[in-house]
Formats: sequence, structure tokens, C-alpha cells
Amino acid sequence: MAIGPCILRMEGITKRFPGVKALDEVRFDLCAGEIHALAGENGAGKSTLMKILSGEYQADGGTIHLKDNPVEIANPQTAQTLGIAIINQELALIPYLSVAENIFLGREPVKQVPRFVDWQKLNQDAAEYLQRLKLDFGPQTLVEDLSIAQQQMVEVAKALSLDAQILIMDEPTSALTEKESEILFDLMAELKARGIAVVYISHRMEEIQRLADRVTVFRDGRYVATSEIADITIEGIIQQMVGRKLQAHTPVTAIQATETALKLVDLTVHRHGIEALNLSLGKGEVLGIAGLVGAGRSELARSIFGVDPIDSGDIFVDGRKVRIQSPKDAIAAGIGLVPENRKEQGLLLKMAVGENITINILKRISRFLFLNKRKAMDIAQTYIEKLKVKTPGAMEKTINLSGGNQQKIVIAKWLTMHPQVMILDEPTRGIDIGAKNEIYALIRELAGSGMGILIISSELPEILRLCNRIAVMSQRKITAILSREDATQERIMTYATGG
Amino acid sequence: MEKMRGIKAYLQQSGLLIFILIMVGVLALLSDRFLTPANLINILRQASINGIISVGMMLVILTAGIDLSVGAILALSVVVTADLMHRDLPPLLAATAGLSLGGLLGFVNGWLVSRIKVPPFIATLGMMSFARGLALAYTGGKPVTGLDAGFRFLGTGLVAHIPMPIIIAALVFLAGYLLLSQTRIGAYLYALGENREAALFSGIATGFYTKFVFTASGVLAALSGMILIARLDSAQPVIGLGYEFDAIAAVVIGGTSLAGGEGRLSGTLLGVLIIAMLNNALNLTNVSSFYEGIVKGMVIALALILHGLVRKL
Repeated sequence: MAIGPCILRMEGITKRFPGVKALDEVRFDLCAGEIHALAGENGAGKSTLMKILSGEYQADGGTIHLKDNPVEIANPQTAQTLGIAIINQELALIPYLSVAENIFLGREPVKQVPRFVDWQKLNQDAAEYLQRLKLDFGPQTLVEDLSIAQQQMVEVAKALSLDAQILIMDEPTSALTEKESEILFDLMAELKARGIAVVYISHRMEEIQRLADRVTVFRDGRYVATSEIADITIEGIIQQMVGRKLQAHTPVTAIQATETALKLVDLTVHRHGIEALNLSLGKGEVLGIAGLVGAGRSELARSIFGVDPIDSGDIFVDGRKVRIQSPKDAIAAGIGLVPENRKEQGLLLKMAVGENITINILKRISRFLFLNKRKAMDIAQTYIEKLKVKTPGAMEKTINLSGGNQQKIVIAKWLTMHPQVMILDEPTRGIDIGAKNEIYALIRELAGSGMGILIISSELPEILRLCNRIAVMSQRKITAILSREDATQERIMTYATGG
Repeated sequence: MEKMRGIKAYLQQSGLLIFILIMVGVLALLSDRFLTPANLINILRQASINGIISVGMMLVILTAGIDLSVGAILALSVVVTADLMHRDLPPLLAATAGLSLGGLLGFVNGWLVSRIKVPPFIATLGMMSFARGLALAYTGGKPVTGLDAGFRFLGTGLVAHIPMPIIIAALVFLAGYLLLSQTRIGAYLYALGENREAALFSGIATGFYTKFVFTASGVLAALSGMILIARLDSAQPVIGLGYEFDAIAAVVIGGTSLAGGEGRLSGTLLGVLIIAMLNNALNLTNVSSFYEGIVKGMVIALALILHGLVRKL
């Protein structure tokens, strides 16, 4: 497929945030009918540049040319008129409205007289877009009832309906299953054939290599290079991203767990459809839980952690039977959880980095009720250094940090209290390779110190790389437990699909 | 860069203080009685009633709640206390009963919000009507007058020339300050208001602390009621009507976010002072009571606009 003429040119774009220069004179161009990947570690400035292009942020310097005409993109509405649509990492749908209403929000078709909303047409039109995406839910479904993956597809449908010439996709597949990703890829090929330019931000190198025509790499807010995909290898892209060569990762050493850190006996949670589930996790063991979206993995984590308490069955931590009715009980029992959505569940975004890191141990660092704030900040500082969190300081607001650094803070929160069992739900979602490797190394280190670790992940290579054993879930049940030696992507997928 | 942020933060902090100074200047020009020591003490004494309620209100708002029932809880607590004293219960016991009743009603608010998941606005709106109705029914609509002389010391007494209401309010503010900025409970309350789900995932007993703030609000409303009837020597079932307005206004003028998680007690203190000065000035300048509400609404709006402007700097 030949790439069309250049339709977008961004030059010298600079953007400052309090305390950080997010973009430093970067450039980026885009041709009709191409898929242009934008790569870089978290904090490299990819999302910031795209938010400038889509009118959410204003650049502090630089120019934007659309089809050789200089443009000012003052707000998202302007971007929409200019034919620029964005699908963000954070989904922008209204949960209590239907799929159709979300797709046509602010652009609802109206009848001639009286000019009321034409619901029939609204739903018909929406259904058409859903069909084109081969989605299996109707236009009148409430967005609230959709999975994150399905919500993402609604966003794609919305962009389609806007007839966008430039479509920005920021990490679209990070929450999708493989099947859903495939549908999305087919769709991208279709968009491309129609001459639509797609900006594709992803941390998944395989996807970039497979889909993109060109790739541009940013590092620390600066432009590094743009390459034809045929002229560069995955290693080459990664090298441009990190500015150094990565060491090959060491394989997992088999461990012989003798004592159990966590044991679940006949666990039953009616509201999640989990019945009589049994599982045990050894001290120093990393146990992966694989499965498709909706298999019940996160629900299991929520139940163990007491967010949705179990109805019957027993939980043993370090051989002791514990009663868990709330996260508070779980923490007291020595269980930590790095939740699936770090922004909604893991962090107090407007509070300081240091306050987030120490929130679990305030009791330990206060005398009676009075907090020892200096001690809190000292502890926070220790973990900031230990986990190499990139932040101007412990007093910085957490919201100003990049995704990878935020995730490190969620993990640090738990490290402060040395739990016996740590559950990590999608610990590296939306995180760049550099930070990923650091988190992997950390998980190994924790397991090495005797902690039992449960990892839920949709990325099979991640599970295969980290885990001693792998439990596969399908339809709220554990369908197989594989040892490291027996596990392959194919076998896991077979059990995950219930086969 | 750092320096700019420092100046900005300073302006945001002192915006209200500047507003107060301007207000003092204008009021001093309008009335020569305004700046007299007697009048200033008077302002503080009036401020102490709303101040005590506002501390409780701030705790609630900080957790992204609201308490519309403070005026009604105040009324029910004081008529019960006054009536118990009339029935020859020792003042200390009667006052304790009144404070406990305030706490109990606040606890019910908190229970409705945290356990039954009733939105705070609705839960306390219901309580407002319920407690006010109970106060009217309990007294048959008649005031309970003539209180114990020892009890009246709460409202009329002086310690080292300082009126008791001011001393009590100062102690309440001090306790509030320590709670919010020096204890882990304070940290939990900010966390709760900022993101309830993340607070839950951090092992914070969100239900407990929700009940805690509403209970505190109820107790403080009752406490300020005790002081009020001690000064008036009379407990009426219609006392404290509309007090929730002044308390919410003081907290919000003070910069606490209604969305929760943000705010300082020093801001609330300044908000309380602004409202008290305004009420005082409306009296001194003989503004017709028909116009009081209009002027008050406009000044509050002005304070908020100024606040917003400084924030955007």
C-alpha cells in the first residue's frame, strides 16, 4: 500500500508543566493512509504531543500545519472539526448513557418537526458502526455494563462516525484480549486503505512491527528519529527508546516451595460466580494467573483482598486461617494488592508521592494518633530511591508523574509493610519497557526474599517469563495449573478458552 | 520557576486575608463603631457559634459529603438539654445528654451514607426535617426558658476577660487543626475525600471514618447550640434555622473543595470571620432585614470569585 501525501506537520513543539519540560522542540509528521507508530518510554512525551494535536493541551511553542495550512488547535472541538479524533488511554465515555448515545454525543440526529432526538435513527446508525466492528453488543447497551475492552471498541466506533482523517490511538490494545486486538488490527488496515492516517502509540513492539509503516521514537521529551519500519528492527527501536542496550533477561530458576504463603480452600463468592476454588501459593513462589478478559481473575483478587468478601471457604496466610471481610483485614493478615486500575484504585492522585507511599503504614509511624511526618517522608524517600521513581521529590503531586512511575509508587505502598503475599493485577499495563524490566526485577527480588506472589496478566510472554507455575482460569474456574516447564503460549490459550 | 510557584502559593493562601483586610477597611469607613474593641469582641463571639459548626462541616465536606442537618440537630439537642435541666437533671448531665443526642443523630447520618449508600445530601436533608420536627413536637412549639445559672456560664462567662464562647471555639479549632494536620485520622480523611475507592484499597476503614465525620458534625452542632442557649437563656425549637447555610458558606469560602480531599482549616477560620463580619456590618449599618440576604449572597459570591481569580494565576 503506497503512502499518500504528507497531511500533518508538527515542528518545534514545546510544552512545559510545573517542574517538567514534557516536550522539547519535537517534530512529527503524518501521511494519508499510513499507520505511524509513536514509541518511547513512559514520560517520553508521546501522549502529551497527541493531546496537543487533539486540542486538549496548548503547546508553549512550535507550529502545526495541516495540509500545508498553519492551524491553531485551541480546543477538542476545533480538532474534531479539523478531522482529528483521539482514542485516549483513559476512556472518555459516559457510563450511564447507551452505546448509541455515547457514539453520537452532542451530534444526535433530530427529526424535522418537532426537533426532538430521532432515537430510531440514532440506534440504527450506531448499530451500523457496531456491525462494521463485528461487536456483539447492541446500541442500547449501557456503557456501564461493558468491559474496558468493549468500551474501547465504542470509542473506535465513535471516531469512525466522526469521519476523522487523522485517528490517534493511545495504547488501544493494552486492555484488549488477543481476539479483540485482531479485530482492531483488521479495522486499522481498513482505515488505512481508505486513506485515513493513524497515529498508533503502543508499548508492544510486535504490534508496531506488524502494523506500522513508519515509527517515530521520543526519549525524555525529545525527538530521536523516524524510520521506515522495514529499515529497523525491534531491538533498534528499543535501543532508540532507552538510549542504551538492554541486557538479555535471566530465566526463572525453579524453586522448591516447601511452605505455603497463601492457601485458598473451597473459596466461594456468589456475586462473582466463583465456586469451591482451591489454590495454593508457596513462599518465594511466583504464581501466574492467566486467562481471557472476563475469566474471573480480577474478581478472584478482589475477593481474596476483601473488597468483595468471600461467602464461604477458607483463606490461610502462612498456615494461619484468616478472616477477611475488608481490605483492612486483608492487609492486617499480610496480603497486599496492586490493583488493576492504578488511577482509580491504586493512587490518591492529587496527594503527594510521599503520602501515597506511606498511606498503608501510618499506624506504624504514628505515636498514639499523632503522625511522625518526617519519618513518613524519610521512608518515602528511601523507596523513591530504591525503585528509581522519577519525581522532583516526595512532595510532588502524584498526578504529575508518568504511568510507569505511578505504578512504582503503587508497588512501593505495599513494600513499606512487607506483606507475606502480594497480588499484582496487570502490574505492567501501559508501562514502557524500561520500567517493565525494573518491575520484573523487583518481583524476582521480592520472591527471593520469601514473599508469595500472585500475578494476573493478560500478556502471556510476561507470565511465561516471570512465573514458577501458571494457573489458567476460564469461566470463573481454574482449568489447569501448569509448571514452568510444561507451559507454552499455545497450551495456556487452550485451557484459557476452555478447550 | 520554583520561586514563581512560591509566590503563587502565597497569593492563594493569602487571597482571603487580603479580602478580609479590604472588608475591614470598607466597614471601618461605613461605621465608626466597627473598629471599637467591644464590637470586635462581639464579632468573635458571634463567629464562635458558626465556627464550631463549621469545623464539623469541614470534616464532612473534606470526605466529599455535606451536612444539611446541623441546624436541626442543634435545635433538638438544645431543647432536650434545656428540658432535662428543667426536670432538675444536673446541668452537666443534661449537657452531656444533649451532646450525645447530637452525636447519635450525626451517627445515623453517617450510617445512612456509608452503609445504606444514601447520598449525603439526601440523608442529611431527611435528618434536617426529622430532627426539626422532633424538636417542635417535643416542646409543643414553645420555648424552654430560664436556664441554670452555672450552665449559662458557657455563654456569658469570662475567663481572663475573654468570653467563654470564644475560648471554646478556639479549642475546637485547635483540636480540628491537630486532627487534620498532625494525626493519621486527618490523613485518612483527606484520602477518603480524594478517592474513596483507592482509600478502601489502601485498607482505610472508609465506613468507620464516614460515620466519624458525621458524628463529629452532630456533636459540634449540639455543642454550639449549648453555648447559644446559655447566652440567650432560652431554647426554642426554631433555633438554628438556616445555620447550615452559614457553615457551608464559611467552609467553601475558605477554599475547601466540595468534591472532597482538598482544603485547610485556616481557610475555614477565615471564612467564618468573613461571615461574622458581614452579619455584624449588616446590623451596624442598619440595613433592612429584607436586604440582608441579598447583600450576604453577593458578598459571598464576590469572595468566591476573588478566590477563583487568585487560584487561576
